[in-house]
Amino acid sequence: MPKNPPTPLLAGPRAAADRRNVGWGAAGLSAAGLLVGLTVAPADAVQGQAQRLMYLHVPAAWTAYLAFFAVLICSGGYLVWADPRWDRAARAAAEIGLASTALTFAAGTLWGRLTWGVWWAWDPRIVSTIAMFLVYLAQTTLRWSDEDGHRGARRAAWLGLAGFLIVPVVHFSVVWWRSLHQQATLLAPNVAPPINGLMLTALLLCVAASTVAAAWVFLHRLAVLETCAAVDSPAPRPAVAAQP
Amino acid sequence: MTPHRARLLLTLVVVAGVALLVVAGLQNTLTFYRTPTEVLHGATARVRLGGEVVPGSLHSEGGFTRFRLADRTSQIEVEQAEDLPGTIREGQDAVVEGALDGQGVFHSDTVMAKHGNEYQPAQTGEGDNR
Repeated sequence: MPKNPPTPLLAGPRAAADRRNVGWGAAGLSAAGLLVGLTVAPADAVQGQAQRLMYLHVPAAWTAYLAFFAVLICSGGYLVWADPRWDRAARAAAEIGLASTALTFAAGTLWGRLTWGVWWAWDPRIVSTIAMFLVYLAQTTLRWSDEDGHRGARRAAWLGLAGFLIVPVVHFSVVWWRSLHQQATLLAPNVAPPINGLMLTALLLCVAASTVAAAWVFLHRLAVLETCAAVDSPAPRPAVAAQP
Repeated sequence: MTPHRARLLLTLVVVAGVALLVVAGLQNTLTFYRTPTEVLHGATARVRLGGEVVPGSLHSEGGFTRFRLADRTSQIEVEQAEDLPGTIREGQDAVVEGALDGQGVFHSDTVMAKHGNEYQPAQTGEGDNR
């Protein structure tokens, strides 16, 4: 196994403390988002209390987009520099994206049941989101598809580049095709988004919370993957107790 | 994960992807619903019909719910034999699944309330228009 230098965001004496602070930031923002979303923000006139699922559904979808964008960047990095640190970052980001997509589905299907009246519809947004999930599932799996780890990682990186094409398809599916899903409220060319100010505050807080939480999970996952890859750090760590 | 297992999982993912595209094709995903005008001009088979619930047309009797769905030029009478979701309202869009009979009545078995991308609190003391 080639020896790797430590990863910038994870190295240094303060890295663990910084990571913990990111975690606390995520916890604080989540608490604020929940508080505003569940109590301060009003219920929607048409959808009632079910609209509050937006504060979970939209941040989860946003985090998935963001994570897949990170996969794009890290895949590019790996193809250019062939450094396993980029590959580990791509892997961590893809895993976060997959989990966020699953969470988006869980919240979305419940929201759909409560407002559309059905758990499921073969709507372009839903179908394209499943396609996105499958693309990144394949992307993650490709990494192990070859005995030579580098070749597998290169394949994964190529799909990490090409696969990002599906993200705009998912986002604009509600504009390009006739769908049951409504169009975007915020991520749309719109000077004054048609949303109440308190609802918008709650939504932005929750989006910020999920973004910071994703960053925290990313750093954490990266540290775990680095440990698994047996990276030597500048200050040698005490040996981990062997399993009995 | 061993390469063998990874390839097996990849095969499954590809199969799932193809199945998804086939089902999406069969389910007319890219045109999730037809407008009343399109349905009146030659849709006899089972289809999804979407439009605005015409204000004043929504009423229930004898286990049936009847309303009209409209686009800018046409309207279709819809008869639904089930409960409607609580959010379907006059003046809002809805998508129904079913077929048109010879008398021009659309018999639906699934109603989906479509909602917009606008989020506002309820106006106090106002009716439910919008």
